[in-house]
Amino acid sequence: MDFLDRFKDKTTCAKLLAKLEQELRAPFRFMEVCGTHTVAIFRSGLRSLLPENLIHLSGPGCPVCVTHEREVAGFFELAQRKRVVLATFGDLLRIPGPKAQTLKDLQAQGAKIKVVYSPLDSLEIAKDNPHLEVVFLGVGFETTAPTIAASLQLAKAQGIKNFSVFCLHKLVPPALKVLLEDKHVQIDGFLLPGHVSVIIGLKPYEFLSRYNLPAVVGGFEPLDIVQALLTLVSLKSAQVVNCYPRAVKPEGNVKALKIMQEVFEVGPSLWRGIGLIPQSGLKLKDEWAEFDAQIRFNLTELPEVEEIKGCKCGEVLRGILRPKECPLFAKACTPEHPVGPCMVSSEGSCAAYYKYEL
Amino acid sequence: MDRLLLDCGSGGKASHRLIQELFLKYLGNSYLNTLNDAALLAEIKTPLAMSTDTYTVDPLIFPGGDIGSLAVHGTVNDVAMLGARPKFLSCAFILEEGLQMSLLEQIVRSMGEAVKRCGVYIVTGDTKVVPKGVVDKIFINTTGIGEILRQPAPSGSRAKPGDVIIISGSIGDHGLTILSKQKGLSFEAEVQSDSAPLHNVIEELVVNLPEVHVLRDPTRGGLATTLNEIANQSKVECYLEEERLPIKEPVKQGCNFLGLDPLYLANEGKFILILPKDHQDQALKILKKHPESRESVVIGEIRDGHKGKVVLKTELGGKRLLDMLEGEQLPRIC
Repeated sequence: MDFLDRFKDKTTCAKLLAKLEQELRAPFRFMEVCGTHTVAIFRSGLRSLLPENLIHLSGPGCPVCVTHEREVAGFFELAQRKRVVLATFGDLLRIPGPKAQTLKDLQAQGAKIKVVYSPLDSLEIAKDNPHLEVVFLGVGFETTAPTIAASLQLAKAQGIKNFSVFCLHKLVPPALKVLLEDKHVQIDGFLLPGHVSVIIGLKPYEFLSRYNLPAVVGGFEPLDIVQALLTLVSLKSAQVVNCYPRAVKPEGNVKALKIMQEVFEVGPSLWRGIGLIPQSGLKLKDEWAEFDAQIRFNLTELPEVEEIKGCKCGEVLRGILRPKECPLFAKACTPEHPVGPCMVSSEGSCAAYYKYEL
Repeated sequence: MDRLLLDCGSGGKASHRLIQELFLKYLGNSYLNTLNDAALLAEIKTPLAMSTDTYTVDPLIFPGGDIGSLAVHGTVNDVAMLGARPKFLSCAFILEEGLQMSLLEQIVRSMGEAVKRCGVYIVTGDTKVVPKGVVDKIFINTTGIGEILRQPAPSGSRAKPGDVIIISGSIGDHGLTILSKQKGLSFEAEVQSDSAPLHNVIEELVVNLPEVHVLRDPTRGGLATTLNEIANQSKVECYLEEERLPIKEPVKQGCNFLGLDPLYLANEGKFILILPKDHQDQALKILKKHPESRESVVIGEIRDGHKGKVVLKTELGGKRLLDMLEGEQLPRIC
């Protein structure tokens, strides 16, 4: 049996689900803050098996969804410059930007956009096209930041001058703090993101106890998730429990953290639906400024944009509304014609509801 | 001449040389060799099935096949899915100036081998050479016609509640193979394309089974997309059981790694068979006789419930929608 198959065993899962049902005495609202959890819960069919009074909310855990409209307008502007090749992860291609266009539309109009699986692939594109400027679109959380830092170090070591990063990285813990300060947000516990926690460890979540909120770090296989949820609802006090010890160490990934610290510094960042959160983003340090696409292409001031009318992605991201409660859901806003980003990314909660819910 | 010149598509002597020395050498037959403006097809029984497809796969040569054999198998299979015996193909090439002649020859030779294997004839053709950069090396269009073996012909609109859904083997092999070989993706998988002709087993099924409701090959968009089309056309629910789906381990792992879903990956040598449950055992007996469908399994059934939708019972026992793909999951896979 494959190692991971052990975490998909349906008999064990059924037992744990029964136990979960027993433990739940009152309705419990849990929020996951990781797009991979959103998709895993839906795709595995787990969502249809969870006890009725365990209420699943998807928080700001999809990197595409939390990318602010002004940031989107910024990289759209960059994509249209003549000598620029925009290298990006594929899920950004359909995000609606100014004039309801997408990067796919810009590509059809002649913009040079390349889908890559790793920032290191975009370095290769830069090497192959010395007459062009390759910009990697750095959208993501703590999970993707280390490989981007590594590719920048490699670019510097190899003297690659036509490569830069549009650095829009965001940090998860400050966003959780903002949610807990918001009186509209009602959460009884967090299912913390497994991959992010692999990098940052447990310490950055310590502040949660001040809000008297239990939290668990969970993996992504069905049994990981059910086990984490069972632990979460059984916790008698506010604490952070690591239910994913096979991947997450309390101190995180020291090597990855070190490489991030060498390249990035923490600064304010714009979040869609939330706004400016201090100390919630990663910017390139001064000594890496030459690789900063915003400096290189004079985009430090992001374009102003109009608010998308009627879009409730902000409320959805904060767990105030569930996707089906948005008046645009499955009517004006569908994966074919997404109004807001939560419907675009495969990890967006609206897209997941649309795609998987019967 | 080791590279293709624009002259070769001019209609002049260079064109004629290309036709004689390359195309007729590998694809020639009594129909094509006449070199008239059109082919005369005297011996063919109506009604006919007809299908066309254009092949733009990148890379041109991949584990398990190449654009030449794919262009034959793909159209032969499309014709066969109507319960027909494929007979004749047309073939049009759009070639990029500067193309290596050895590469072109390799592909035309492969096409020649494929038509022989399939027992079909290329009866008419066309070649255009366009300036460098206008196309990417080689694009091929093939159109096929075949004789309908039985009426009513299988159709996506004929699935009925109570029918079973059978797939003729493992899914996702072709899509993952192409992806792993595409430029810019630093990833390799131990898997090869399933590109293969399916008309022989189809003929035996159609001729021998009392009823065949649907035959479809889940190419672009994969099993999930094709079943959605069937659910829509027939206004029924396609109910699938995940634990029955045949997916090879390297495909599973590659998909896991790349965040892809094998249910949406293209297949080039598999088909979906939907027929009344009563005929299931007889169908499986025939399917298992042929190497291309030896691993056939029942993967679900047609129901009345969620009309126009595909419902997946997951390995865990939960149920969810299996929706159509929004856009491309991969670029240029066939």
